[in-house]
Amino acid sequence: MTLAHAPERGPAPAHAPAAAAARPRRRRPYGRHTLAPLALTSVVIVLFALFFVWPGALGLIYSFTDYRGIGDLELVGLENYQQLAGDADFWSALTRTFLYVALSVPLTVALALGIAVLLTNRFARGTSVAKVVFFLPWLISPIVTGVVWRWLFGESFGFVNYVLGRAGADPLPWSSDANLSLAVVVVASAWANVAFNMLLFVAAIRNVPPSYYEAAQLDGANAWHRFRHITLPGIAPTTFMVVLLSTIGSMKEFAMVQALNGGGPGTQNRLIVQYIYETGFNRAQIGYASAVSMVLMVILLVIALVQLRFEKRIRDAF
Amino acid sequence: MPSEPALAPAAPSPDRPRPRTRRTPLGVRVARATPSTLALAVLVVLFLFPLVWFVLSSVKPGGELFRFPLTIWPETWTFDGYARAWERVDFSLYFRNTALVATVTTVLTVFFSAATGYALAKYRSWWLSALFVCILATTMLPTEVILTPTFTVIRDLGLYDSLAGIIIPSVITASGIFMFRQFFLTVPDELLDAARIDGAGELTTFFRIMLPLSRPIAITLAIFSFQWRWNDYIWPLIVLSDPDRFTLQVALRSLLGAENIDWTLLLPASVISIVPLVVLFFVAQRYVMSADLSSGLKD
Repeated sequence: MTLAHAPERGPAPAHAPAAAAARPRRRRPYGRHTLAPLALTSVVIVLFALFFVWPGALGLIYSFTDYRGIGDLELVGLENYQQLAGDADFWSALTRTFLYVALSVPLTVALALGIAVLLTNRFARGTSVAKVVFFLPWLISPIVTGVVWRWLFGESFGFVNYVLGRAGADPLPWSSDANLSLAVVVVASAWANVAFNMLLFVAAIRNVPPSYYEAAQLDGANAWHRFRHITLPGIAPTTFMVVLLSTIGSMKEFAMVQALNGGGPGTQNRLIVQYIYETGFNRAQIGYASAVSMVLMVILLVIALVQLRFEKRIRDAF
Repeated sequence: MPSEPALAPAAPSPDRPRPRTRRTPLGVRVARATPSTLALAVLVVLFLFPLVWFVLSSVKPGGELFRFPLTIWPETWTFDGYARAWERVDFSLYFRNTALVATVTTVLTVFFSAATGYALAKYRSWWLSALFVCILATTMLPTEVILTPTFTVIRDLGLYDSLAGIIIPSVITASGIFMFRQFFLTVPDELLDAARIDGAGELTTFFRIMLPLSRPIAITLAIFSFQWRWNDYIWPLIVLSDPDRFTLQVALRSLLGAENIDWTLLLPASVISIVPLVVLFFVAQRYVMSADLSSGLKD
């Protein structure tokens, strides 16, 4: 999902309508048509109510109960949240998720930006073929991505350990060491997610006016200066969006981890969504899982709001 | 809503032609092209290798798969694994289920995103503004966050264990609505006024003029939506329980569940599962690559 409009509007989405109204454009027919827009949006409104509002409200209610999927709801107040505070498994999942985000977002964004710069470099040859190659991982489902990297990093049979062995190094415990296991997930997710971000960066770089570069060239700016002082500020809105979306996306990582190491070794690399899934569906502690969901929702909201604020400050500085 | 990777709003914009350089001496051209081309080549090899290794491994016989020293190129090519995978995994069933889900969802997504995006761009009223804010909010409240209560909703609606249970909730995608809204904002209001003066009803204008006009966006969204739904995992996982209704990803995951993975089966099965999208990608490549995703981002 996207917050694609965020760069255009104020610090918080709530300001959206005001920003739109302030834009100098011809007044659209106001209030004259009610039936047509209602007809056009009714299905989306119904679906929104059914699959966002209803489950959202239920989730909030469940988080205050000990609901187990059957029987009546019994209110337990803040017990779930109190229990969460002392739940080592929850904290482990949460810190692992933060660590994963902190490692994978910078790697993915830097890689995508680097590739986009190379692809838009007018001296580079073979860019169209390269673009297709970078795009291939995007086609592959997270499940298969997990299988691919599991195969590559197998401890006793994997290609990576084989190469390490040939180079005279000791094979590394890619799946039995928690940190190495997480490193594989980070690399695999960078591989899988680069294509989409790359596409956004390529489009953004193409939109930077070429005259800026020409002027800089006349002034004798070298490639790094041009990148630092023209490209980077020019694509700032896109960069912020890519960072925001990657962060939110990584917070929700699930399928790839399931296929790659199942949150292992043991439960050490269980990420937060896996924890929700396991508590809610395998252990049927729906009330408890809902409390975890609410925590995740608050975290996502905070990330989005902080980034939007931060972004505005940066943009004002330019 | 089922998870979907982000998609920025787009508007059609032809690829800007590369600035033509004057004929420069070959030596200079080579010297200029070398650094970036080399860097690109290294990255291409790094990106391609996992996939090449994976596909080549899938045609190795079991004995060769785990024999040291490893060879990249298979000594004996065998498609036994493929035959066994095809026999063990009911691919025709899973392909059918997945294709059905992906196609129906995509058609509905494109249509309803267009309608909603159009309404948001061309009409004004307090409730449309509220709807817009709500749709923005969905970007922060992804499926994963409301996994367990959504399951209850699906069950209460009688959609549990049906393909409709995957399709219907997946229809709304904030990205799709944004893309269309952004596009329709660029369509001049005069066009709408002209249609009104000619006596066309509001819906007729939408169906006959606006919808056909938004074809480039529709195609872009269709490609993305199809990929999202084809590769979706978490939603089908919670909605489906009958193996006859499994989608491809859920079925594949069941091959991974065992303690000891049968790689000679898993590798070919995974390769088979990626074939349809790869084929589709090469057919639609022109559209995917020219999708100017960020034009909606410009101030």
